Order: sequence, then C-alpha cells, then structure tokens
Amino acid sequence: MSAPIILKVEAVSRSFGKFQALQGVSLEIPRGRLCALIGPNGAGKTTFYNVISGRYRPSRGRVFFEGRDITGLPPHKLVKLGLLRSFQITNIFPALTVLENVLAPLAVMHGMSFSFWRSLSSQKHLVEEAMAILERLGLAGQSHREVATLAYGDKRLIEIAIVLACRPRLVLLDEPTAGMNPEETERMIRLIHELAERSEITFFVTEHDMKVVFSVAQTIFVLNQGSLLAQGTPEEIRANPAVRQAYLGGSLDAERA
Amino acid sequence: MKPRAGTLFAAAAPAAFLLAAPFFLSTYWVMILTEILTMSLFAMSFNLLFGYTGLLSFGQAGIFGAGGYFAVLSLIHGPSSLWAAFAAALLGSALLSMIIGWFCVRRDEIYFAILTLGFGMMLFTVAHNWRSLTGGSDGLGGFTLPPLDLLFWRGSLADPRHFYFLVLGVVFLGALLLYRMVHSPFGLLLRSIRENTQRLSFVGADVRAVRLCAFVVAGTLAGLAGVLFAFFNRIASPEMLHWSFSGKAVLMTILGGSGVLFGPAVGAAIFYVLEHVITAHTTNWMVFLGAILVVLVLAFPRGVLGSLLHLAARRRGRPRP
Amino acid sequence: MDAFLANLFNGLSWGMLLFLISIGLTIIFGVMGVLNFAHGSLFMLGAYLCMQFVRWTGSFWTGLLLGPPLVAAVAVAIERFFLRPLYGRDVSLQLLLTFGLMLFLDDGVRLIWGAAYHVVQPPDALSGSVAIFSQSYPLYRLFLVVLGPLVGLALWAFFSFTLWGKLLRAAAMDRQMAEIVGVRVPVLFTAVFAFGAWLAAVGGALAAPHQSVGPAMGERIIIESFIVVVIGGMGSFPGAFVGALILGLLNSFGTTFFPQVQMALPYILLAAILLTRPRGLFGAES
Repeated sequence: MSAPIILKVEAVSRSFGKFQALQGVSLEIPRGRLCALIGPNGAGKTTFYNVISGRYRPSRGRVFFEGRDITGLPPHKLVKLGLLRSFQITNIFPALTVLENVLAPLAVMHGMSFSFWRSLSSQKHLVEEAMAILERLGLAGQSHREVATLAYGDKRLIEIAIVLACRPRLVLLDEPTAGMNPEETERMIRLIHELAERSEITFFVTEHDMKVVFSVAQTIFVLNQGSLLAQGTPEEIRANPAVRQAYLGGSLDAERA
Repeated sequence: MKPRAGTLFAAAAPAAFLLAAPFFLSTYWVMILTEILTMSLFAMSFNLLFGYTGLLSFGQAGIFGAGGYFAVLSLIHGPSSLWAAFAAALLGSALLSMIIGWFCVRRDEIYFAILTLGFGMMLFTVAHNWRSLTGGSDGLGGFTLPPLDLLFWRGSLADPRHFYFLVLGVVFLGALLLYRMVHSPFGLLLRSIRENTQRLSFVGADVRAVRLCAFVVAGTLAGLAGVLFAFFNRIASPEMLHWSFSGKAVLMTILGGSGVLFGPAVGAAIFYVLEHVITAHTTNWMVFLGAILVVLVLAFPRGVLGSLLHLAARRRGRPRP
Repeated sequence: MDAFLANLFNGLSWGMLLFLISIGLTIIFGVMGVLNFAHGSLFMLGAYLCMQFVRWTGSFWTGLLLGPPLVAAVAVAIERFFLRPLYGRDVSLQLLLTFGLMLFLDDGVRLIWGAAYHVVQPPDALSGSVAIFSQSYPLYRLFLVVLGPLVGLALWAFFSFTLWGKLLRAAAMDRQMAEIVGVRVPVLFTAVFAFGAWLAAVGGALAAPHQSVGPAMGERIIIESFIVVVIGGMGSFPGAFVGALILGLLNSFGTTFFPQVQMALPYILLAAILLTRPRGLFGAES
C-alpha cells in the first residue's frame, strides 16, 4: 500500500503544435521526500505541472502515482486518488468566509455534496476538521472573515488550506510564495517544513524564489527548455556548472530569481 | 449558525403580520398580498439559481407557467382534487426542469442565460399554439377550484381569505425548504460554484450534477408558484411562460436583493406596492421600473433588503458578506 | 413558384433588417463583452424618430438621415453614464443594466408617442409594386433585399481597409492587446457602442415602411437578434450576415409550411447551436 515511490514520470513529452514544451522528462519522487522543480522562465515547469495534475495529456510518456498509471486522468479523478495541486494565481472562493473555503472541499470529500436538509453548522465533525486545518495554518482566528478581505499572504494560505482539506498524499505546490513579501515568505517556508514533517503528505514545490527552494528542498530537479537538466541535493545543484549556465549565472546564490 | 435573538424577532414580526392580515385588511389588500406571496415564491426560486449559484436564468417563467397548466389540465381532465392538481404540477415541473436543466447546465454565464431563455420560449410556443391542449392564446380557464380538504378543516377556496391561507401555507413550505437548503452543505456548494466553479471541480465536486439539482429544485418551486398563480387568476395563460414574465422575477430579486434569502420576497412586495402607487398616476409605470432597476444595478446592487442588512451589520461591527 | 419567391423575398428583406441590428449587437459584444438587451429599443427608437421626421418634413430620406445620429447620441450617453461604471464587474450586472434600459426605453416611447401603431409610407421613389414572374411584389421590400448586401459590402470594406475598421476588428479579437498597442479603450468603447446603435437605428428607420411602427417592435426584435448573434457567432461579422439570412428565411418559410411550430423554430435552432457548437457558425474559439 505505501509505495516508496509516490510519483514516477516516465519519458513525458508534450507539444503544442510545433512547439515542444516538454521532451522526454523522467523523474521519481520518493514518498515523504520534499522535492522542488526549478528552471529558468519558459523551461516548461508549468506545463509539467499541468501534465501531472491532469490538466493536459502528455503527447508521449506516462505518469504513475503510487504505482498506478494515471496518464491522462482528469483533475477531479486525481483528487480522489490523493494527488492535488495548488495554484500560482490564487484560486479561492472570494465571497465565502475563511471557514467556508475549507468546509466546501471537506463537504465534497465527505460525500455531502447533495445533503440539503441538515444544517452545515450542525455537522460538528466537518467544522472540527476544518478548524484543525486552519489552526495548522494559523488562520483559525479569522475563520469568519470574508476571504476577499484577507491580506495577500493569507489568501495564499487559504489556497493551501483548500488543498489540505482534500486529504492529499501528494501536493504540487505551484509557486507558493508568488508575490509574497519577505515576512510572508518566511512564514510559508516554516509552514512547508512543518507540514512536510508532521503530516503524511509529500510536497513537490516549484518556485522562482531560490531562497525558498534551497531552504526546504531535499531533492531538486532542474528543468531547462523542456528537458531535465539535472537532479540532486541542493549542494549538488548549486555546484552544477550546467545549471549555473542555464540560469545565466548569479541567480542561484540564494537570492530571488 | 444559530439564529440570533434579533433575527428571530425580525422574522416573527412579518410572520405575525402575514398570519393576521386577512383579519384586518380589506379583501382587496388580501388579494394583493396573495399575489405578492405567490410571486415571492417564484422570485425566491429564481434566486436559488441566480443569487446562490450564480446562474442567471431567463427561462424560469416557462416552468412556472407549465406548472400552472399542468394543475389546470389535471382539474379539467382528471379528478376534481386539489391534491391531484398539485401533484401533477410538482411532478411535471420537476420532470421538465430535469430535461431542460440537463441541457442548460452544460453552459456558463451568458450562454446559460440565453439557453434558458430559448427553452422558456419553446414552452411558450407550445402553450400559445397547441390550441387543442392548452386553449392557445386564450389560455386555459373554465375550471372551478375544488374545496380545500385538510384533515381538520374543509372549506371553499372561492373565499379570498381561505385562498390566502392556502397560498401562505404553500409558500411557507417552499421558503422552509429553501431556508434549509441554503444553510446546508449543498447550499455551501452552490455558493462555491458561484464564487469559483473551476476550483470546486478541481477539488473533486461534480459541478454539473450540483447545478442540475439546483435547477430542478428551482424549477419545481417555480412550478408550484405557477399553480398558485393560475388558481388565483382562475386561468392559465401563455403570458405566464413568456420571457418577459421571467423578467419580473429578475426585477423583484434585484429590487429586494439577491444576496439574501428573503430579498426577492421583499422585492415582490416593493414591486406590487410601487405598481399600485405609480399606476394610480400614469399607465407608463415600466419607465419608472426600468429607471429604478438601472439605479439599483449601479448604486445598490445589494437591493433594498440587502443594503439594509449590510448597513445594520456594519453598525454592529460585524461585516456581512 | 410564386409562393416560393414571395417567401424568399420576405425572408430576405426581413433578414436584411435583422442583419443591420445584429451587426451592432455582435460588434458590441465582440469588442466590449456586453450583451446589450436594449439594442432592440435602439432599433425601435430609430423607427420612431424616422416616423417623427416624416411627420415634420414629409420626407422619408430626412428621417433616415437624421434619426440614427440622434439615437447614436443617446447611445453615447448610455455608454458613458450607465455602462462604463460596470466594466470589469460581473457580466450579469451588465445584462441586468441593459435589461433595465430596455424596459425604460420601451415604455418611454409609449409615453412620448402613445401606444398606437403608426404607418409610415415608403418614399415615392420606392413605393408601389413590381411584377416578378407574374406576381406583384412591393418595391420597397426589393429595395431592402438589394440594400442589405450593399450595406454588408460597405461595412466589410470599412472593417478591412480603414484604420477605424481595423482597430475595431483588432479590439474585438483581443482587447488587452489593443490597449497595450495604444488604443484608447474608453474612447473605442463609446465609439463602438454608438456605431452599433447607429446601425440599429438605421435598421429601424428602414423597417418603418416595412412594418408598422409600434411599442412592441423592440421587444420582438431583440430576441431574434440574440438568436442571430448566437447562431452566427458572437463578435463575428459574417456570422451576423449568415445568421440573419437563416433566421429571416426560417421565419418566412416557416410561417408558410410549419405555422404551428414556426414560432419555436428560432429557439430550437438557438438551443441546437448553443449545445453543439456554442461559438456559433463563424465565432472564434473561446
């Protein structure tokens, strides 16, 4: 049941017309290993995430999740299997409260989509589970605030809260610190560490902020022009001349890309 | 959320008024109230789709009117029983909503609005042209309302006050269903669809099925309101299915506020009061209504009730979404 | 054969009027993203103003010339004061606003001109009938049938060869890009709305001798033009032409051959297109 390799990508290629966005990318993510995906702009990171998360079908190659072939499965089926993705552009429910943003996916998870007579607030177990998630993210105190009124950093946390509500086993974090100020970024780094350590979730992060990448990642994959350029521990990557070249130097020195 | 003392009181006052109304109001006003209640149900059912699910439908009148026709047809061709008539209308409206909804929930926003308009008008054509079944443009009348036979009471519905209580009872049941629904997990999903359809499907929800469910509930309640309307006017007429009649539900909802469950009900009341006041001075009251709608959309998109509640919440220090 | 020709010309003449009002609707939607419920009312206003000018000056051509610019002026005011505040907001709000405007205008004409229907005679040059294949046919209708494609051609030339035309097409395809390139979008929107309104009003003025002028004109034609725009494809110019033709012919042949169902045919076609090919016959992939 607990496969050691949670995600296996086998020679995945994806083209859009004549443009080859991904070429024969293969990698493996061990369960519980915090991995990161980096690469210069246009390297194909977003496309790669879109393929794994079911938004695009790969033109070639296969994707395996916990040993099972998931190639081409749509996002909502992957959710049921435990593969979820957070979004780079905050994609939450604006006019709902913080609590409701988490309750909605929870209700779906618990199969209560069509429960129309019982009141939501009487579903104690749902509310408790939602509050537990919010506690972990430090948002419990704002549970009744309308999410649209939150600070940007907190909105990005809601983004993650929604994902956590779905009891994922693998989470693709798409630029979690996008647009955050240094303080919020610190908070996010600590959060990712905590979640990676305390929960059963494997995180796969893609980021532009090298500081974040080098702070949290145990294994780093480098994508360049659609192919996997290198993979290894942070030290190995930092020392890798090809990687430095790809980034045109400088940006790996723990500064923002 | 357990209702606060203030909310309970705010609900008790209009409830008491509605219960007592026939005993101190003139027959004329009782009949106006009856019409307001009927249209409230229609508008609230529309708002389940619009305010809660974010689906603007211009075709609800089609099902509203169909409900009326089903009930009248049942009385004319079937047993002389109110229960049978209501059952026919509920079943018929539910089925119709299921079929139309299955098609319409596949599309978003403007396309949904136009699709529902199209289907509504197809139903209008049936009502208007199928003379042998529906009486054509003359409508379907010539039926008498059988007496209302409850276990503990039996009386003629020819008396406006009796009819008023029937309508009050039915509308109360409809409103109760809507109330439970919007506070349930299903209700939360509806609002989630309105806020971010895509994200909800990304967390594994079957958005189309949820939308269809809302459409069927809305349609069935609209059909129920249609029965009341047809009985009230002693005739089921094609105008009930025309898209401009759907427009009335839209208007009432915007007037009262789409963000509040009873907004459309308040809007219906305002609508009829305004009509009464303005038509006393001029026949061109649509000019005023159009102008009011424009002003509301620009300045008070929350509607009358919505704006009042928002202000009250701000005063209390707790911002209300 | 006679019946066929009569139906054909009826369908084509009505189709051309539909075309004029639908171009405006589709351009407005393509460029601004607004579905203008009040467009039929602008059409109707064009008809009423034409009628008014005929009453004052006795000349149809004056009505055709002076009425539409007035309607365009009204449209400018509408766009500037009522639509502009809603850009970027919920699409439903825009739809509701134009719906309110429709109610206002439709009843407004009743207030000013009364609820009766008025007859406008076609100008002397175009009145009377012409014999075609042993049937006599109103000259004015033939005029419309000929005029439609001419207007279509003129507009096509406008869109293809003039700067304004190209700007409009570009903005219809990609509003953001147009902005980046330096097109002043607020001005463009006002211009587009006014242009669309002017076209609708010209259609209305031309329709005045074709059918009686009355307060229900707007309501009747707005739904038909919605259908035309959806069938042809929102924002598509050739779509408006083909869609209008289809609907015009469907109406006239439908009335003759399927009178019971005729009223529903446009809606059935509408639903069929929306469910199978929502972008319409010529619309762009969204």
